[in-house]
Amino acid sequence: MLEIQGITQRFGGVTALEDVSFSIRANEITGVIGPNGAGKTTLFNIISGIYRQTSGTIIFNGKDVSGLPPEQLALRGMVRTFQNVELFTQMTVMENTMVGLHTRSRSGIFSCMLKTPGNRAEEQHIRERALHWLEYTGIADLADMQAGNLAFGKGRMLEIARAMALEPRIILMDEPAAGLNNRETGELASLIRKIRDSGVTVVLVEHDMDLVMDVCDSILVLNLGRWLAEGTPREIQENQAVIAAYLGEG
Amino acid sequence: MKREIFKFLALVVIVAVLPAVFKGGYLMNVLVFVGINSMLAVALNLLLGYAGQISLGQAGFFGLGAYLSGVLTTTYGIDPWLGMIIAAAAVGCIAFLIGFPVLKLKGHYLAMATLGLGIIMYIVFNEAVSSTGGPSGLSGIPNLSVQGYVFDNDVKNYYLIWCATLLIILLSLNLVHSRIGRALRSIHDSEVAARVMGVNARLLKVQIFTLSACISSLAGSFYAHTMSFIAPASFGFNFSVELVTMVIIGGLASIYGSLLGAVLLTLLPELLRAFQDYDIIIYGLLLIVMTMFMPGGLVKGIPAFFSFVRRRLPGGTANNA
Amino acid sequence: MVFSEQLAQYLVSGVTTGAIYALIGIGFAIIYNSSEIINFAQGEFVMLGGMFTLFFLNVLKIPLPLAIVLAVLSSTFIGVLFERLAIRPLKKPTPLGLVIITIGGSILIRGVAMLVWDKDTHSLPAFTGSEPIAVAGATILPQHLWIISLTILSIVLNKLFFQYSIIGKAMRACASNRRAAGLVGIDVKKMVLFSFIISSALGSLAGIIVAPLTMTSYDVGIMLGLKGFCAAIIGGMSGGLATVLGGILLGTLESLGAGLISSGYKDAIAFIILLLILFVRPQGLFKKADTERV
Repeated sequence: MLEIQGITQRFGGVTALEDVSFSIRANEITGVIGPNGAGKTTLFNIISGIYRQTSGTIIFNGKDVSGLPPEQLALRGMVRTFQNVELFTQMTVMENTMVGLHTRSRSGIFSCMLKTPGNRAEEQHIRERALHWLEYTGIADLADMQAGNLAFGKGRMLEIARAMALEPRIILMDEPAAGLNNRETGELASLIRKIRDSGVTVVLVEHDMDLVMDVCDSILVLNLGRWLAEGTPREIQENQAVIAAYLGEG
Repeated sequence: MKREIFKFLALVVIVAVLPAVFKGGYLMNVLVFVGINSMLAVALNLLLGYAGQISLGQAGFFGLGAYLSGVLTTTYGIDPWLGMIIAAAAVGCIAFLIGFPVLKLKGHYLAMATLGLGIIMYIVFNEAVSSTGGPSGLSGIPNLSVQGYVFDNDVKNYYLIWCATLLIILLSLNLVHSRIGRALRSIHDSEVAARVMGVNARLLKVQIFTLSACISSLAGSFYAHTMSFIAPASFGFNFSVELVTMVIIGGLASIYGSLLGAVLLTLLPELLRAFQDYDIIIYGLLLIVMTMFMPGGLVKGIPAFFSFVRRRLPGGTANNA
Repeated sequence: MVFSEQLAQYLVSGVTTGAIYALIGIGFAIIYNSSEIINFAQGEFVMLGGMFTLFFLNVLKIPLPLAIVLAVLSSTFIGVLFERLAIRPLKKPTPLGLVIITIGGSILIRGVAMLVWDKDTHSLPAFTGSEPIAVAGATILPQHLWIISLTILSIVLNKLFFQYSIIGKAMRACASNRRAAGLVGIDVKKMVLFSFIISSALGSLAGIIVAPLTMTSYDVGIMLGLKGFCAAIIGGMSGGLATVLGGILLGTLESLGAGLISSGYKDAIAFIILLLILFVRPQGLFKKADTERV
């Protein structure tokens, strides 16, 4: 599904990632963990096209997508969420989700200006689908609220709704549980499973170990920018190198 | 949706009856300018308010449209309507090509680059004397006409210009309420998130810059044909700033706000005729005060003000009662 | 005139106008580096310098040297006012908001200047006579020498200030990392104020020394300001030598362009260079520029 081959990333003299390779299987939840500074977020930024890696290749669905910008990756079915929640704060919850359907619609500037019948039908469709995804994540009652006024936890849900509206093949979530309380984290876990069960591959970067061990089918561990281990949650929990890396940190 | 239609129809009615109210007096002439400025402000707002990309060179595209129309009709004897279309197409091509490098820039640098563009165009209007007539201007530009019906007085021009203005307002309203409008606003709020959602931010910014330039060019053509005379002074940096002021005062990302801004800023100098030279000071103050205290512009600021007052009044939903 | 003499003449006027652009450009860079604001009102301080000098000289009958000092002080005072009243109170400064505020400030200052003084063009007397000096085939006016020497002097002083004074060092810290500077206890807001003080002083000085050559009026600020910005962009927003080189390069190209190609399009040269640099090398023409901000 997603093959990472020999990714290296240097910023000036600092090496953030060194020759990291692994593969993510379709229809699984894969967790990427590691102590602070392990390079998890950097790896996410490279996969999602926000950074350009120094070297290495990314294969998505059998095609080389290295260096493609995020908007191209979106068209191919890859989407991500952000650690600090990047919402369109001046727009409503509904409108945010409707932007998620951008790649699922094609009216150009002129048909939008002229409001052609095709454009009207498409707009109707966008609205219905967006509502569906708001219901999917349980925030449909907030549809008309301005996104900037949402509570943090609801903002997370909106970000996921917006990402799911793309109907992606793979969704990358950057610390989705950060800032959530216990109840919200529980809801998040079941939402993540629901997403996987609908046939979407999920990749998480996460600090919340309970969540990772609970939902992930397999886990990749990074340490100091290098591949350290991969395996099932049980294997990782028993892996001496992983334990040493975490103990070494704190 | 119903409310949107109602608002627009109300605007159409107001525009239609105004000449009857003013009985074709001097104010008709001013209202023609209000129409032209409204087109320009709406065009700029698509770029500035919705996509969040500033342009300090809008007057340049306005002037380019006016001069292309003027030169094509006077020197080459081309039909005014055809000339208008050629001008808009040419300006669109220029904006599209220059848009790619320009809109790669952000914030202050974008402001400076567009300002530079505007000034280069202004210099060309002044210096290409053989075709533009230089600082003394270009005269004898024919009025527009349809089937022999010539738009040669203020009332006729009023209806002509306002038909065009209303059309542009309608098309812009449609645009901003569509997927393209949402994509533009998403770029404004978070470009990186917009791109992750599949919005081709770079291309879309250039497209909207081009559209904005085309509308400005059309406004320029209308201006040239209603005035019959154009000179570079109308298309300088000050006018670009005036347009930005209209958009800011009315309210970023509000089409009706731009209309309001254009109305106010066009009428203001007329009302302040007695203190002619104060207008520049007032623009300056308005820009500073609005940005500081009412960044949403009048369309957002006035309702906010009233709800503030209502909360303070005894008997309202007061929290200090 | 022989071609080489002509060329020498163009170079002389190019370098002197370039020096002016450099002073203005350094002002842009200092403010930008301490606050990430491009101060669109920078040119107005150039105008204020010239107009204040005229006012003190002609209306209050103060002798020229003192008038110049007072003019720099007065313009600097306006710079402080501007920062205090328009920049600092901004609660959520966005780039767009700052562009608009500084543009607003710029036209406000210009408008007030027009009302307080007038719309006419004035000339300032040359500092020490206008007897031309012939050097290597070019004619140099004493004012040219004044411009070059005062520019060098202020750039050296500026450099010393940033290199050795406590405030200068603090401002450099702000330029390289504002958050870190704030964390070690530097009052970042105060540094922004200082940057406005230095910039308006440099700008007004530029406006004063150039006025005897080019005349002055309420609206000279726009063009001079923009060209100063262009110099700063060529110099990669450096507050030092790179911007000086940028200014001199721009001044020389302009003067050659005006002489050899067309005087009407002279002003366009600066903007074409500006656009080209922004498009192709937004980090400035000289690669090292990035390491010596402020």
